[in-house]
Amino acid sequence: MRLERRPQVPPYLVIVAPLAAVAVSLTLAAGLIAAAGVNPLTAYAEMVRGAMGSRLSLTEMLTRATPLILTGLAAAVAFRARLWNIGGEGQFLMGALVTAWVGHSLDLPPVPGIAVLLVLGMASGAILLAGPAYLRLRFGVDEVVTTLLLNFIVILFVGLMVEGPLRDPLAFGWPSSVPVDGDFRLPDLIARTRLHVGFLIALVAAGIVWLVLSRTVFGAETRAVGLNAAAAKFAGISLPVNLMAVALFSGALAGLAGSIEVLGVTANVTTTISPGFGYAGIVVAMLAALHPAGVVVAAVFVATVFVGADAMSRATGVPSFIADVIVALCLLSMLVALLFTTYRVRR
Amino acid sequence: MTAVLELDGITKRFGALTANDSVSLTLGQGEILALLGENGAGKTTLMNILFGHYAADAGSVRVFGQELPSGKPRAAIEAGVGMVHQHFTLAGNLTVLDNIMLGSESLLRATSSRASARRKLMQIAERFGLPVSPDEKVSRLSVGERQRVEILKALYRDARILILDEPTAVLARPEAQRLFETLKEMTKEGLSLIFISHKLHEVMAASDRVAVLRGGRMVAERVTAETTPEELAELMVGRRVERPVRQDHRIGAPVLVANRMRVDVGSETKLQDVSFTIGAGEILGIVGVSGNGQASLGALVSGLTRLSAGTLTLDGQDVGLMGPRGMIRAGVGRVPEDRHSEGVVGELAVWENAVLERLRSPEFSKRGFVRRAACKAHAAGLIDRFDIRGATPDTRTRLLSGGNMQKLILGRCLSIGPRFVLATQPTRGLDEGAIAAVHSELLAARAAGAAILLISEELEEAVALSDRIQAMVKGRLSDPISASEADAQRLGLMMTGVWKEGSDAA
Repeated sequence: MRLERRPQVPPYLVIVAPLAAVAVSLTLAAGLIAAAGVNPLTAYAEMVRGAMGSRLSLTEMLTRATPLILTGLAAAVAFRARLWNIGGEGQFLMGALVTAWVGHSLDLPPVPGIAVLLVLGMASGAILLAGPAYLRLRFGVDEVVTTLLLNFIVILFVGLMVEGPLRDPLAFGWPSSVPVDGDFRLPDLIARTRLHVGFLIALVAAGIVWLVLSRTVFGAETRAVGLNAAAAKFAGISLPVNLMAVALFSGALAGLAGSIEVLGVTANVTTTISPGFGYAGIVVAMLAALHPAGVVVAAVFVATVFVGADAMSRATGVPSFIADVIVALCLLSMLVALLFTTYRVRR
Repeated sequence: MTAVLELDGITKRFGALTANDSVSLTLGQGEILALLGENGAGKTTLMNILFGHYAADAGSVRVFGQELPSGKPRAAIEAGVGMVHQHFTLAGNLTVLDNIMLGSESLLRATSSRASARRKLMQIAERFGLPVSPDEKVSRLSVGERQRVEILKALYRDARILILDEPTAVLARPEAQRLFETLKEMTKEGLSLIFISHKLHEVMAASDRVAVLRGGRMVAERVTAETTPEELAELMVGRRVERPVRQDHRIGAPVLVANRMRVDVGSETKLQDVSFTIGAGEILGIVGVSGNGQASLGALVSGLTRLSAGTLTLDGQDVGLMGPRGMIRAGVGRVPEDRHSEGVVGELAVWENAVLERLRSPEFSKRGFVRRAACKAHAAGLIDRFDIRGATPDTRTRLLSGGNMQKLILGRCLSIGPRFVLATQPTRGLDEGAIAAVHSELLAARAAGAAILLISEELEEAVALSDRIQAMVKGRLSDPISASEADAQRLGLMMTGVWKEGSDAA
């Protein structure tokens, strides 16, 4: 038995691969659910009901999907150019922190204010990734290490700020930051739910990312650099300029996710504002095979698992940690599935 | 003569493609058999089946009368078949001895018998006339020496039948000659050999018998002494192919002028005191043994590395520090040495590669957006004009054959009517038909008034295309000689550093 490279990847496989990966991980997780003494089918039914069964649960799920779409786009943009940005979590937190900080005392009318805050969030994420990108270009430092470790530095920095200068005196001693001015809260999309305009912004961002990657000179150059850097360089594309542009773009998307989460949902920053949105973004991007439209679908799926798992846990008693297991299994099986889209097995 | 190896009715399909169609072949004891065929004729597939890398769909392989189980390289090795791949499979950070022992000992053994392995290696090296220093790191060896290690590796596993896949593809002419002398000696020690090639002259020089493959079928077998290169060429291609001939014409004013150029990479001087002039409508050929600075010269003129000293001017404009983008803007067409790693992005479509160099020109983009229709039309034009077969603008470039990929690269740089063209090893690895096409394109550019710098390791090619020739030795250039004065002997001397009678530049 051996692996043989496919001459051309059949188009249907691009759709089938993530579906197969999801099916495999749900099957594997079913074993664990069964081990917890619950019928996996019942559990999964509860999960779907918990995430989509009612107006409230559906909007909750989409609220959860919003930052995942953006962090997923951030990972997809970077990975396509072979810039391994594992720092989405840190960029998310930085975007959130700066937004809350400035948003507390910004003196502007609501709409320009929101625009300024979103741009600031994007800028903070972009700058946070520019550092590791510069180190890689200048000294060849592996960005996997630098971006990953920066996440921990940023979360400690957020901790420092919310315990110190940004501490909300009205929060009864909870380490949370001062809230953003109410004028700058993103309007609700559907009344009496938490679903906010940020969801639409995320969808628009996906469209823009698709347009930029597939229709612009920058996108074409990025693809060339990602697929064959030597040939791209030979053809006159500047690798440092392109990589830095990719880094700013990717970091900005993750920063935007943090900014929107603050303006749309939490209003302030705590060290627990992100249940791993940055890391889950990597899974989302991989499940989407780095395609912007796929990112939206994959983000909805991952959000369904997370939101649904809480409901399932309440109904059946299976710990909601099963969501982490499912998402992690999805990443692993997607990596295997990607192998089989480029290669096939021959006896 | 007894047959040591018999292939009988081997058929192998990859999807719709039949790579081998009922191929039968025998190899006699002590014989050197050349397996001749164009790229894609099925030579490598056939040898991979013999060696057990692929399983045949039909047919059988018998070694010393025993049938080999299909798809098991281990069984082939045990039966005494050794294979030397075109791309070496050596670990550069290990020593020669380590590389040779690698895989021949069980992982579960606690001790490694290096002393006895060393003894065996030295015995083999002596017996077959393949000198080697066992403790040298492979990364420090020359390409020819690495190949020797590959051969020793096969012999160390007691191979009595040796298969060499395009053994001279990476070797300079003298090294290749030495290799074939060694191989002849080896047959006297009882080895039988098959070598794969598409180069007629070495088949004629080195083999006892020739088997010709075309389109997956065995089309002819000849005793080498009873055939001619012309007959083999026709059998291989299926029709007569003649390379185009350079016509004499007036050379115009100087276009590219290099004056005492030096290139330092780190503390190493790659090029020194390099001067040349190329006029409009002139081809200047640079010949030399591989690794004498040709790659550095190519990288410099294509803009990948920058001048450390000296000047390089194009129509009087200084281009020595321009970088690739500047070179392209200045009207330089560049054909890189390695088309897969530098020429094209294999995973992109043909149209994307066709415009990659000039994406930012108004012809192909507007306000940062790619004008896809214009790009695809341009690619379709190239496909048509340069006869790029098997391609549409949307085809993945990786799927093109080497020759058609090269035509795409040539088309990309010739379609702008360049002032100057750099062609680095433009026909390396191509078959006869594609070589003729590339040559006629280069000659057409010459006729249109382009100055062309041809860097080639193929002497015939350099002599046939160039108006003048200079040899490169250790990063320096000889004085130019006119192509009419160039013969193999004179060029051979130039390539060893003897430029004028009595003078030694090295």
